[in-house]
Parts: sequence; structure tokens; C-alpha cells
Amino acid sequence: MLIKRSPNGIDLPFSSEITPRALYESRRTFIKQIAMGAVGSAALLEMAQREAFAQGMKLPAKLNPAFSAMDKQTPFKDASSYNNFYEFGTDKSEPAMYAGTLKTRPWTVSIEGEVKKPMTLDLDALLKLAPLEERVYRLRCVEGWSMVIPWIGYSFSEIIKKVEPTGNAKYVEFVTLADKKQMPGVGSRVLQWPYTEGLRIDEANHPLALLTFGMYGEVLPNQNGAPVRMVLPWKYGFKSAKSIVKIRFVKDQPRTSWNLSAPGEYGFYSNVNPDVDHPRWSQASERRIGEDGFLSRKRKTLMFNGYNDVAPLYAGMDLKKYY
Amino acid sequence: MLTTKQVSWLKGGVFIAALVPLLRMVYLTVTDQLVDPLEFITRGTGDWTLYFLCFTLTITPLRRLSGWNWLIKLRRMLGLYTFFYGLLHFITFLWFDHFFDVAEMWKDVLKRPFITVGFIAFVLLIPLAVTSTNGMIKRLGGKRWQWLHRLIYVIAPLAVLHFWWMKAGKHNFTEPIIFGTILGVLLLMRLWWAARK
Repeated sequence: MLIKRSPNGIDLPFSSEITPRALYESRRTFIKQIAMGAVGSAALLEMAQREAFAQGMKLPAKLNPAFSAMDKQTPFKDASSYNNFYEFGTDKSEPAMYAGTLKTRPWTVSIEGEVKKPMTLDLDALLKLAPLEERVYRLRCVEGWSMVIPWIGYSFSEIIKKVEPTGNAKYVEFVTLADKKQMPGVGSRVLQWPYTEGLRIDEANHPLALLTFGMYGEVLPNQNGAPVRMVLPWKYGFKSAKSIVKIRFVKDQPRTSWNLSAPGEYGFYSNVNPDVDHPRWSQASERRIGEDGFLSRKRKTLMFNGYNDVAPLYAGMDLKKYY
Repeated sequence: MLTTKQVSWLKGGVFIAALVPLLRMVYLTVTDQLVDPLEFITRGTGDWTLYFLCFTLTITPLRRLSGWNWLIKLRRMLGLYTFFYGLLHFITFLWFDHFFDVAEMWKDVLKRPFITVGFIAFVLLIPLAVTSTNGMIKRLGGKRWQWLHRLIYVIAPLAVLHFWWMKAGKHNFTEPIIFGTILGVLLLMRLWWAARK
């Protein structure tokens, strides 16, 4: 069961109440600029503020305990420096090094396809579309490691409600940014660009599916998929598209990037499943980053990553076949 | 030609330098600078096994081309370091992946081809390491010893195949291609010389 309330009834502090480091840092830079006599124009002030928004800006949200795991949270440092985001390089340390070039404002997301009300929304409009919640989710990477991250966003079902899909909309396709100028990894032939992911519409409509704008009380760091991404805690991490620019409601199952690249290894569903091994390694267990290591066995991986609420979505399906 | 004294200095230097990668892994781990030290050590020990395999196999062609006969004095140590990093790599697999559960490890070895070939390559290195002493060379006799040590020409392609399959899922073939090319050239040079004899 995913929903575990604090056993002793003590409310945990929201990580959103902590002033982010980057805000201090930007303030220091700003003070330095004043000292150097560089300030005088309102333009510069505005620039500094925009800079603060881009990285490390607070994003207030109320914790939703019904959707929060009680597992020990992964340190921010680990969650923001160990990323698979191939647009910035295939090594997990590369996104944190190279994602600084990503411009997350202005940013628009166009929602189109089989919907009655197609729309293009900018980031501010998206942020205001529904109340932001903080949810602590387990993240299981297909590579065999896991983290626990407090995300900020709202259920993707809010978007579905807004755009009113037609009867033809059976799937949702997420198309992400692929701009060589901002993303050095897009030149590589490792994957087909733009990185594309997809869900069946009932999966996308599940309340656990989170349209995400922040983590650890701040706006998303660029390397974590800023400014807007999906988080699907019952699926392997790569299913959660980052830096989304287009959301399409479609009739047919969309082709997804990893599935195109290695269909035998990465299926369309890619639900976390300890009984279906990856061809090159077992998925029965996982290493929790920062916890499991030298002195303990890896921990058992749970079906649907412990999110059994989603099981009815797959009732009657052979999950060994539809991996 | 280097003097005996210079050669022993050189050997001492290489001995210490070859430990640097291991010391670096230990240092980064104990000072908590790695998000995932287990993955870093697993990959690092594998990478360095391949590096030392390349260094070892470079000695003979380089000696032949350059005429630096003293190079032969480094070959045994480089070969033993190949085994040393290979052994560490195997231990990381047994420890981090299976927490010393040998039965579980066997299942993995038999089930997954990329592990099977890596395991075979490691097992084949053992007799070479065991027979690396002067005493063993004498006991086997030079000819037989040499035949046994030609096993390295089987081990090297297996090691590259292991690395290739490991990288295959992500289509990251750059490094396996580099290793494959280097080892291929080193082996072809030997074939070429053998054919001209």
C-alpha cells in the first residue's frame, strides 16, 4: 500500500519551508553587483529576479499526505546530480554539468490532437491551472536503483479535464524539447529525438500521474526536467518525460523513444515489475541511493513500485507480454 | 638500453601508478563524493581491467618495433594487474549484486550471456596468474608455458564482447569500438608477424 501516514501522527515539515540555497546565492551575487556599482537600472534588477526564478526559486505547495510515501527522502544533492537526461549526455553526472544552458522561460506547452479545446499554455498559465501539491514518491530507475523525491505539481487529470478529449483519444503522447543549441546531447544518435513518451489515456488520468513543476520545495532544477515534466511513480523512470513542449491526445499507441531504440528491453508499459527481468539484469531488487550499499543486500522491488492502486488499470493483462 | 637499476625504478613507479585508480575509487567512496559508489566501482574496475589488458598486449609489439628490450620486464606486472582489476571486478559483482550469495550469482552467470562471457574471461585469467612465477615457467617449460599464455588471445575478445553487450542496450558503442580496435590491431600485428616467419 502506498499511502502511509506518519505512524506517530507527527507532521513532517514541508521542504518548501526551507529557503533554497540558490536564492541565497543569487542574493549574494546581486549584492556583489551593487558593491561593484553595476546596479542602477531596473532592468538589471528584473534580470536578477528572473535568474532566481530559473534556478532554486521557492515553489510553495502543500503536502498531500494521501499521496506521500514515508520512506526516507533522498538528499537533494543526490537527486539533482545523478540523472538520466540524454539530451545533456549519457553519463549520469552530465545533466547537472551541462543543463545550465537550458532556457526554461519563456516556455509554452501546446496541447493538441483529439481534444475539443486544444490550447497553448505558457508556464504561468500551467502553474495556475490547479493547486500545487507536494507528493513524496518513490522513483525506480530501470537500471536498478531508486530514490525518494518530494515532487511539486498536480494530477495530470486536471489537464485532461480542461482540454476535453474526444472519444477518439485513446493515448496521450508527450513530446519533449530537442534543441541542439541548448542540449549538447541531442547531436548523438543514442536515441531518436525529440524524446517521446506515451501513456494509455486511463493511465494518464490516474491521480498518481503527476504533472510536475518542482521538487524539494523549489522549481525543478534544469537537469531534473525543468520547467515541466511528468512523474509516474509506478513506472520505470524513463517513462516520465522531461522538459515537455507538446502533449498530444491520439488514437493509436504512440511510438516511444526507448521502445524504438531497443524494443526487446523497454516496452511501452514499462511498469515496475520484479517478475519481469530486463534481458541484461534482474529487476527483482534495487539499490536505494544513499541507503543500500556495502553492508546490506539490495532491497526487494515491489510490484508497481508499491503503488498497487494502479493495479486495476492492468486487470486481465499479461504483464509479462505487455512489459 | 636501461641499466638494471633504472629498470627496477621504473618497475616500482609502474607498480605504484597502477594502484592509483583503485586508491582513487577508495578515496572518492570514503569521502562520500559519489552518489552511487557501487556503480562507480563496478564500472571502474571493469574499465581498468580492459586498460591493463591493452597495456599488457602492447608490450611485445612495442618492444619489437622500438627495440626497447627492457619493456619485457614490465609485462608480467601489467598482466598481473589485469588479473587484479578483473578479480576486483568479479568481487564487486559477487558482493554488490548478490551479497555473496553464490547460488544466486550462478543463476545470473548462466542466464545472462554478457555475464557468462565476462565470467569465462575471468576464469581463464586464473591459470595465467597462477603460472606467472619464474618457478612455474621452469616447471612447465618455456614452450608449454607460452602455449598456455596464448589463452590471452581468447580472453581479450571475450572481454570486449562482455563490454559490448553491456553497452548494447543504450547503443553506446563508442568505448567498446575503441577497445575492440586497439585489441584487434594488437592481435593482427602478432598474426602478421607469425605468418611472415
